[in-house]
Amino acid sequence: MRVLVCVKRVPAPGARIVLNEDRRSIDTALLGFAVSPHEECAVEEGVRIVEQHGGSVTVLTLGPPEAEEQIRAAFAVGVHAGARIEAGPEDPDPVATARAIASAVQGLEGAAGPFDLILFGNESADSGGYQVGIRVAHALGRPIVSGIKAIEIDDGAMTVQRPTPQGAEVYELPLPAAVAVREGINLPRYPTLKTRLSAKKTPIELVTTDAAEGGQRMIELVPPPEDTSSVQILGDGPEAAAAVVDVVEQLVSL
Amino acid sequence: MSAFVFLVEHDRGAIAETTLGGLRAAREVAAAARLDLHAAIPGTSGDALADEVATHGPAGIHLLHHELLDDYGPDAWAAGASQLADSLGATAVAATGTDRGNEVLAHLAAVRDEAMVANCLTVSVGADAWEMTRVRWGGSLHERSSLTGDLKLLTFAPHAREPEPVGAGDASTATFTPTLDAVHATTVVRDRTETAAGVTLATAPVVVSGGRGVGSAEGFAPLEALAARLGGVVGCSRVVTNNGWRPHSDQVGQTGTVVAPDLYIACGISGAVQHWVGMMNAKHVLAINTDAQAPMVTKADWAVVGDLETIVPAILAEIDRRHG
Repeated sequence: MRVLVCVKRVPAPGARIVLNEDRRSIDTALLGFAVSPHEECAVEEGVRIVEQHGGSVTVLTLGPPEAEEQIRAAFAVGVHAGARIEAGPEDPDPVATARAIASAVQGLEGAAGPFDLILFGNESADSGGYQVGIRVAHALGRPIVSGIKAIEIDDGAMTVQRPTPQGAEVYELPLPAAVAVREGINLPRYPTLKTRLSAKKTPIELVTTDAAEGGQRMIELVPPPEDTSSVQILGDGPEAAAAVVDVVEQLVSL
Repeated sequence: MSAFVFLVEHDRGAIAETTLGGLRAAREVAAAARLDLHAAIPGTSGDALADEVATHGPAGIHLLHHELLDDYGPDAWAAGASQLADSLGATAVAATGTDRGNEVLAHLAAVRDEAMVANCLTVSVGADAWEMTRVRWGGSLHERSSLTGDLKLLTFAPHAREPEPVGAGDASTATFTPTLDAVHATTVVRDRTETAAGVTLATAPVVVSGGRGVGSAEGFAPLEALAARLGGVVGCSRVVTNNGWRPHSDQVGQTGTVVAPDLYIACGISGAVQHWVGMMNAKHVLAINTDAQAPMVTKADWAVVGDLETIVPAILAEIDRRHG
């Protein structure tokens, strides 16, 4: 199996978001960076598939030189090869991003043969466009299903599951194929000191792109309206139980 | 007049909860753009939805009939919508930004090589470009974008607008049969597993949710008991699933399930942005936390400051005392 995982460097999710003065970017002075959570699981899934079936895992990202930090993080959990598509600090639109990735994949495949499976995160944590993986799959002529939380590969065919409130939908895709996964498909491993050190030495291939943008342009980022609710403190400790039940009784029939 | 096509989402005949809100948003944008609104319902299992859809104001309803549309498949649904759009001379196609809605529109965008803007909150129509506010970071940041193209593709954020019927309506209903082939069949649902019965996290009226402060998998037992007593279910924050205390299917947040219960009880959850966007549409929030300054506490409607290990059992005991 040759597996490719596409990842995006994003500010570490969870922190309060503060905009820069240009209103086109967020202030990352106090933030760490990570790959989007869905993609962290995609990396782990790629590594597990190759552990089970043999082969190699390659990670591909589009971003500035700092994004190599995220490729090295993938090396440290078992990824074998990495490539970065050169980009500036500001994201290209989803059309240009997908064109650049599809072209880079063709370049990587030309050198070493086709990838049996290309893994994407379901959507990036920051821009959340829900489309880059799907565009890349179409450009490469491969089937793709999104929202996947289980992958089984057996004899050249792949069964994938997508959760629903009642259970899961099951899809069967012939390989080569692409899948966009969601967090929860696995619990990613932590790197060890030894793998962290060896990850520093693995070379990263650099790819350039001149992909044209599509019809979507970001004008500016806007903080959502402030939440104006003012909290009512019902009390401290277990003595507040009666006040809590007074409130709950208004909302739930007990 | 040219056409604006809205894709009605359903699962084997059961209409998706947020689709009629999206249809209302589409109706408003179509009116501003002076386009006729047309509703597309994929698969014969959706035929019975035509009467209900008609009350939401489309000029035409199109029942997309093909055996590959009988169950969900993103390629097939996108091809059906794309071919209908061509037959109507449509200049825009939209859906609600659910898992399926975003997926189908992205397939449509890929096939047509057009831009697609996901999870729009508002859309203003210009002569050439449309301008929209859309959701980033799961809703903790918004973005103003412009969209140009011969076929404008977008999804409306779930709950951006709530449904608003406009009367009996005089929509014409017609069958449309797209040309689909083996490529479109590849991604159609093949089978299903049914595991959950009863109340699910996404639809429960009460969610009792635990975070880092719960401390362990075993620490969720009182939360389970409280949830059961209130007719709700247990949820949790991302740190809990990352620690393996609960399955990921219990996670509320940007990378988990988005919930909007009547009452959300957040136990030992600090309220990081990625969790908040998963429950910010809850109608009422009660926070239990040792830290009175935690974002979850300051944003809640009600809060109890203290240790959830003693407070949750005390609440259960008080309910039992009053109601047996």
